[in-house]
Amino acid sequence: MLTYILRRLLYSIPVLIAASFIIFSFVSIASNPLAFLQMQPQISQETLQLIAERKHLDEPIPVRYAHWVKEAVTERFGTTTIGDRPIWPDLRRVMGNTAQLIITAELIAVFLAILIGVYSAVRQYSVFDYSATTFSFLGLATPNFWLALMLQVLVVNILERYDIRLFYVSGLSSVDPGTGLQFFLDRAQHLALPVFVLATASIASYSRFMRASMLEVINSDYVRTARAKGLNERKVIMRHAFRNALIPLVTLVALGFGGLFGGAIVTETVFSLDGMGFFFIQALGDGDPYPVMAWLMITATIIIFFNLVADVVYGILDPRVRYD
Amino acid sequence: MTDQRFDEQQPQEPSAGGMAPTPTFGGVTQHSGPIAEVGEPTELSLTWESGVELKTRSQWQYALIRFLRHRLAMGSLVVLLGIFAVAIFAEQIAPYAFDDIDLENINAPPTTAGNHFFGTDMLGRDYFSRVVFGMRTSVWVALVVALLSTAIGTAIGAIAGYFGGWVDNILMRFTDLILTLPGLAILLVAAVYFGAGDPLRVAIILALLFWTGIARIVRGVFLSLREKEYVEAAKASGSGDTRIILRHMLPNTVGPIVVNATLVVAAAILTEAGLSFLGFGIQPPNPALGKLISDGQSEGLKLWWLVTFPGLVIVIIALAINFIGDGLRDALDPTQRRIRA
Amino acid sequence: MPSGEPVLSIRDLTVEFTTEDGIVHAVSGVSYDVYPGETLGVVGESGSGKSVSLMSMLGLIPTPPGKIVRGQALYRGRDLLKLKPKELRDIRGGDIAMIFQDPMTSLNPVLTVGEQLSEAIRAHNPSVREKEAFDRVVELLKLVGVPNPDRRAKQYPHEFSGGMRQRAMIAMAIANSPSVLIADEPTTALDVTIQAQILEVLKAAQRETHAATILVTHDLGLIAEMADRVIVMYAGRVVEVGDVMTIFSNPRHPYTTGLMESIPKLGGQDEWLRPIPGQPPSLISVPPGCAFHPRCFLSNGRQRCRTEVPPLRPIDERDHLSACHFAEELIGNESGTGLRGREEVA
Repeated sequence: MLTYILRRLLYSIPVLIAASFIIFSFVSIASNPLAFLQMQPQISQETLQLIAERKHLDEPIPVRYAHWVKEAVTERFGTTTIGDRPIWPDLRRVMGNTAQLIITAELIAVFLAILIGVYSAVRQYSVFDYSATTFSFLGLATPNFWLALMLQVLVVNILERYDIRLFYVSGLSSVDPGTGLQFFLDRAQHLALPVFVLATASIASYSRFMRASMLEVINSDYVRTARAKGLNERKVIMRHAFRNALIPLVTLVALGFGGLFGGAIVTETVFSLDGMGFFFIQALGDGDPYPVMAWLMITATIIIFFNLVADVVYGILDPRVRYD
Repeated sequence: MTDQRFDEQQPQEPSAGGMAPTPTFGGVTQHSGPIAEVGEPTELSLTWESGVELKTRSQWQYALIRFLRHRLAMGSLVVLLGIFAVAIFAEQIAPYAFDDIDLENINAPPTTAGNHFFGTDMLGRDYFSRVVFGMRTSVWVALVVALLSTAIGTAIGAIAGYFGGWVDNILMRFTDLILTLPGLAILLVAAVYFGAGDPLRVAIILALLFWTGIARIVRGVFLSLREKEYVEAAKASGSGDTRIILRHMLPNTVGPIVVNATLVVAAAILTEAGLSFLGFGIQPPNPALGKLISDGQSEGLKLWWLVTFPGLVIVIIALAINFIGDGLRDALDPTQRRIRA
Repeated sequence: MPSGEPVLSIRDLTVEFTTEDGIVHAVSGVSYDVYPGETLGVVGESGSGKSVSLMSMLGLIPTPPGKIVRGQALYRGRDLLKLKPKELRDIRGGDIAMIFQDPMTSLNPVLTVGEQLSEAIRAHNPSVREKEAFDRVVELLKLVGVPNPDRRAKQYPHEFSGGMRQRAMIAMAIANSPSVLIADEPTTALDVTIQAQILEVLKAAQRETHAATILVTHDLGLIAEMADRVIVMYAGRVVEVGDVMTIFSNPRHPYTTGLMESIPKLGGQDEWLRPIPGQPPSLISVPPGCAFHPRCFLSNGRQRCRTEVPPLRPIDERDHLSACHFAEELIGNESGTGLRGREEVA
């Protein structure tokens, strides 16, 4: 088992390096950090020249890449082109906020999806099954930003009509959120809608997949053997069917990490949350490639890391894979 | 037991997933000689004898029948055709042009007066027309994305799957790498730096991300087919690689490709809407549903129709496509309940 | 000849499946007995209903598409088809155990072999503790010939070879000393060289448990080797019943005759193989009358074959039954497939 983990770990490293190179090249080729600045009349030619030198903009890509990597590692991604602001502190702050959003949403989604999927499979063609399938289809067809907006409209209408504030529709916290439990509750009220929007998309696809996986396993030969042994139905489902059905879901969740960040981008924009998504949109709008590259690099690292975690979980669940 | 004459029609068994060679109909008159191998035309026996009649259908006909039975998919097909019709004949259907400003009638809720079925926006533009034109753009982009990504994905998947070895390795590592990057973010970067705004560019950018799914599927099919005997037979008889790929292997991938392409259309509509909503996708003067929604956002609370209708249209289109995709998947590879005797 | 009361009696069992193409008549009016200690061979092609009849008896057929329309399955006087789920569960794996065809897929890949075997034991003996159960598991594995049983029990199925997996399956089936052992194509998925070994294991298992064995297969060689009596099934019906020697040397049903003729014989004169012409019928639209008549050389299109379902009746011996209107015409038509080899050994 340990060798398996180590091997996966070692494999991740070249992937990380390759990803960093692709990110850098991709962004650098396309962008011109000076474009925005060149349009500002108050910035002199000398300043532009200085910036170009500092950012090594006249050198070939591989060299610039090396500089960038060095800067990323030693100086925590350096500073922005405009305003010379350190990138990392901002990035770290928004990372924490987005983490709250994404982790909560994904945990809830996986948990509920497993419940729904398993129950739908075990009670196939029941009312529950049909309703769950309908909701899944709806969930998969609904654009997340639209759902977010509709929810906002709904909550604000309820507030105006009945003066009941169910949830907040913007921001991470109120002006004076307090401490401890009060802070937590306030934050929860603010994050409730965004978490709901993010989770819905995940639940829709995960639950359908879980149902399909469970159905396939229930009809498998080894489940038939378990029944033939005389085990009671609960044991058959939980000990034999469920664990096997869970395995492919791990892969699906792992593949979905990239989509999570996309969802976060959109949700944070609609709900005005100070998170990574918001940060990213700002950086893109500013036309400064360095925060963008830093963002992409951090995100890629997180995704690769979680893929590694998924691999380990997979190895725990499925002994066949450990001896690869 | 004496030799007998048996007048019977040999039904053709379609092989799982494969294109069976042209079925031979006809009775087999049995002499004291080798019996014709099922599926191979022989010099004996192509006379049509009457006897026990068994209807044989080709693999595609079975699929069609199964699809037609799928009520939800059929209903969605009707809806989708309706949507296509609206999109194509947008000019005839929409009562106003996309940009027609009518300052007399601003911010009107949906009404039948003046044919403003979906109301008007802050500049008095008829919303129904705007939604209709926006729908056309979205559908167009989604179809182009599906086409392009399918072409790219099939090519890459076929090459990887057919040649295997290091070619496969490199191509798959590359695909995996693309998957480790957050999709929407990459699209946004591409949109900003390579310029978006007009539908074709947006479609190309989207296609460059969506090909990975199809590539995987095609590669999978090709990898499994490589080992099959008829591929080896074709090679042994001297067919070139291209011919083998095109004639023998590609037809087997049509099913999964079609299903996947349908899903790509739905995903593309949603993604393009998201891009346009964020302002990085299709931009004015081109109409876009996502942009309509973001435009309406500020007034969304009171003028609810500004946000609701474009979104509803997206949901309906995506729903219909997903149902059709589901129906296609059921039709093309049904999970048979195993009934072993 | 079998004596005494049958341990298992199936009467008029009829099972149908509802599919989108129509109703599949998988098993139609099947009746047969199984006597203690004997090996009963059930022969038939795929689609003949041989597996379905047994699985439905044990409640292993999914009942949305499947339905037991009528019939009885008496085990020691109790009708299995009328038992409550819990009672049936007690019998499944305890009194009546099954060995399935494909050992690759019949074992759960994420649990160790030992865990799966001890599960079988403790399902029917809840008071047995883990350690005790494990010891018994090792014993069983040794009995079926798995080397290093104590080490192997802690391994996962994918670490076993195909033959070893089937041995483990057999061990699992005999764990609770069943009275009836059902082996459904136990060697079909295995290499020929392994098949012989597995047969030996099966024989050892029979000796150990004194169980009646129902051996379901399409392999006539297996039947010749192992069976005492034989049932031949076609299109969901029983067409012939008899002891193994008689069936091989004196088949009294055109289908059985066809089967015997189709076996390649060493030293034979013919150059060509002689399969039974045509295809087995669709179980959705079973031919009226005798299901075999479209392919039957004996029938020659006679009307009775096309309209009347032939009943299973004794032909020339009390224990030799055949479902053919004109079975008598086969008397004197010895096909001589030569069970000579076995006779000599016996």
